[in-house]
Amino acid sequence: MRAFALLLDSLSFTPSRNAKLTLVRDYLSSAPDPERGWALAALTGALSFNEAKPSFIRKAIEARMDPQLFALSYDYVGDLAEAVALVWPAKPGANREPELSEVVDALRSASRREVPQLLESWLDALDADGRWALLKLLTGGLRVGVSARLAKQALADLGDVPISEIEEIWTSQEPPYADLFAWLEKRSDKPSSQTPARFRPVMLAQAIDEVTDFARYDAKDYAAEWKWDGIRVQAASEGGVRRLYSRTGDDIAKSFPDVIAALDFDGVIDGELLVLRDGQIGSFGELQQRLNRKTADTKLQQQFPAGIRAYDLLMDGEEALRGLPFKARRKRLEAFVKRLKNPRIDLSPLQPFAGWEELRTLRAHPPDGDPAKAEGLMLKRWDSIYEPGRPKGPWFKWKRDPYLIDAVLMYAQRGHGKRSSFYSDYTFGVWRQDANGDRSLTPVGKAYFGFTDEELKQLDKFVRDNTVERFGPVRSVKANQDFGLVLEVAFEGLQRSTRHKSGVAMRFPRISRVRWDKPAREADELSLLEKMLPPG
Amino acid sequence: MKPENLLRPTPAGLYCPPGDFYIDPVKPVDRAVITHGHSDHARAGHGKVLATRETLAIMQARYGEDFALSTEPARYGEKHDRDGVEVTLVPAGHVLGSAQAVVRHKGFTMVVSGDYKRRRDPTCAPFEPVACDVFISEATFGIPVFRHPPDKDEIAKLLKSVAQFPERTHLVGAYALGKAQRVICLLREAGYTKTIYTHGALEKLNALYESFGVDLGPLAPATAEKSKSFSGEIVIAPPSATQDRWSRRFADPVDAFASGWMRVRARARQRGVEVPLIISDHADWDELTRTAHELQPCELWITHGQEDGLLRWAELEGIKARALSLVGYDEEEGED
Repeated sequence: MRAFALLLDSLSFTPSRNAKLTLVRDYLSSAPDPERGWALAALTGALSFNEAKPSFIRKAIEARMDPQLFALSYDYVGDLAEAVALVWPAKPGANREPELSEVVDALRSASRREVPQLLESWLDALDADGRWALLKLLTGGLRVGVSARLAKQALADLGDVPISEIEEIWTSQEPPYADLFAWLEKRSDKPSSQTPARFRPVMLAQAIDEVTDFARYDAKDYAAEWKWDGIRVQAASEGGVRRLYSRTGDDIAKSFPDVIAALDFDGVIDGELLVLRDGQIGSFGELQQRLNRKTADTKLQQQFPAGIRAYDLLMDGEEALRGLPFKARRKRLEAFVKRLKNPRIDLSPLQPFAGWEELRTLRAHPPDGDPAKAEGLMLKRWDSIYEPGRPKGPWFKWKRDPYLIDAVLMYAQRGHGKRSSFYSDYTFGVWRQDANGDRSLTPVGKAYFGFTDEELKQLDKFVRDNTVERFGPVRSVKANQDFGLVLEVAFEGLQRSTRHKSGVAMRFPRISRVRWDKPAREADELSLLEKMLPPG
Repeated sequence: MKPENLLRPTPAGLYCPPGDFYIDPVKPVDRAVITHGHSDHARAGHGKVLATRETLAIMQARYGEDFALSTEPARYGEKHDRDGVEVTLVPAGHVLGSAQAVVRHKGFTMVVSGDYKRRRDPTCAPFEPVACDVFISEATFGIPVFRHPPDKDEIAKLLKSVAQFPERTHLVGAYALGKAQRVICLLREAGYTKTIYTHGALEKLNALYESFGVDLGPLAPATAEKSKSFSGEIVIAPPSATQDRWSRRFADPVDAFASGWMRVRARARQRGVEVPLIISDHADWDELTRTAHELQPCELWITHGQEDGLLRWAELEGIKARALSLVGYDEEEGED
């Protein structure tokens, strides 16, 4: 448990993805079986307990120490699990520290009544870091900034294999993953992936380079379709098993019972998960109401009905199609979707075009209806087979130009790692007029990239020279009608938000230009942003 | 005797009326007793200063020759007379030269702990408990949240990170007086023999520690030279410098910070610290309560810090306690 606790502790303080990968990989290569397997399960979300309710933890601590002293401590720390981990007055002569596997085994066989005693004995045996890890594990939610994807990448690094190989067999593996580690350490063959409705690693597109790629490739070799603004999914239904995977192979079936019910076929579809109403797509904001939920009640399903817009077919019954060219797969897909006759699964139509120039016009002025809500275009070579990963050439994405606004820098926060001495995270705002006609800035977003290293130095200097107030790592900078720094901000889309004072939230904002030349008073107004909001 | 007649809190600090002197005064006074060299306790501009030889040397290094009109160096355990009041300095275990002030008058003893800790520190003499009628304690970490882990484990965390990220520089924030030298000594004890690089603000104090016999091993200034890469090295700097433009000379540094405050995750995260090292020169909750238990004073006075927790504990233990709430001693961003 000690090594696992130290790993969680380090991960929680490490912002960089690469450093996190190193930490996880080093742990997986040094911890023994089955400890590392259970740790991997905890990191990938395959292991979760709901044994320790906050009320129980609170009761346990108040039985051990003066409630008033605990209240002082809890107030100071602010987090129940952490406060208890720190103040827990261990009984002297406590037991040996439990291993993670012992905790897992014991919880699996314990009756409800036994759990509190077990937990107390573990809290007595562990140190503060161990108690924190245990309580985080038991209350569900490690929150150390590690995605399942990152854990799988660390596994791939450990075995020096492409991550797609891990993804392909992942769903057929069970904790504590002894076979998987044996294979990655070259002690045995690759575990079988012949489970029904398993995940097939997805094929991804490169961003097109408008300068070189159009000159290099012939438009006749490519099909075009709209790039839908939902999330990429793989819907698999084989031998009575139905699964809905995200593009990294996480099963998201629980959030989408309506979609699962529609998988009334034998095959594997690649497509976009969207809110679909009478054949028309909803906004990404609407889809977000359905994402990352453990369940979806009937009301939510009716309000935001989900469906799949299909664009590829990987399995047709028992026949594998991934080796066929796109043109052949497309024909099979069209017939497949037609047979289904299910409004929850429709076909992503091809967009006919005569040459790159015509496509450019279509991208700038998409036809009314769904294409107007698309993120841009997809280009797929007619002769391309379905290859996992992001091969260069067969598939391209050509995103719509971003939205641009001019905003005023309001707050800056210090960055992490390389940037810890720089004010590199910028909150910016636009003008809002109140009933009296007075203008004030209201924050509309935060961005921390898009600028060069040289610009970062200049921005940092501006922040330091024009600081008004400091709040811990954050500084507010001088920004009014007569003085302020204008930032040209690019973003992909805008949503309504009740969490932000301005009422809007940006997708993927970044600094596209620093407008040293532009007076602050001439920055944009909130009303302009409000006009960019999707209807509804 | 009423304790207030021997020592009482005033805006300038703790004052002794019969001996006419202040302990760690925050304003210039005629006669001062200084417990240790941290700048919130040892200020320049007093008349006569009684302190240990080490503390006087630290004050001189920081403020120059004229930091006081006159000085009276004290050895640990030596009795000094102040108008019939006996003052003895005994080790507090906080930093080099740190002392508790034992004040005796007409058979009545009051001990001012100054800042103190109970665990072992290779850079200074260990805390000596002195039986007393009133114990005047600090309470920087006076809530049960703060229980410092063994130093050895914290240094092991740092060395593990150095091994895991050999291409990066490990930049350790540590207060210039005491903490920096202790971290260096702890690294040496853990078998780290390489040159340790230090910020310019540490050089004088490092040299001073060495002159008092504390061996710090090979040190070199972390000056910005194009030819020198600090990859894989440990650099020690005052906390303010690690987030300053000064730190830009290091490639992709890992920020570490040695402080008792690092026990609370939000504190570490707020500073952007990647490797929090819970190493403190102040008594933690267990040390504070153990010391009060051991001394069994008739009264426990609390000078500064998180007094609510310690007051509640004293109430539960049936020890008479009061908070003096002295101002001027940094609890948050000071030298802890």
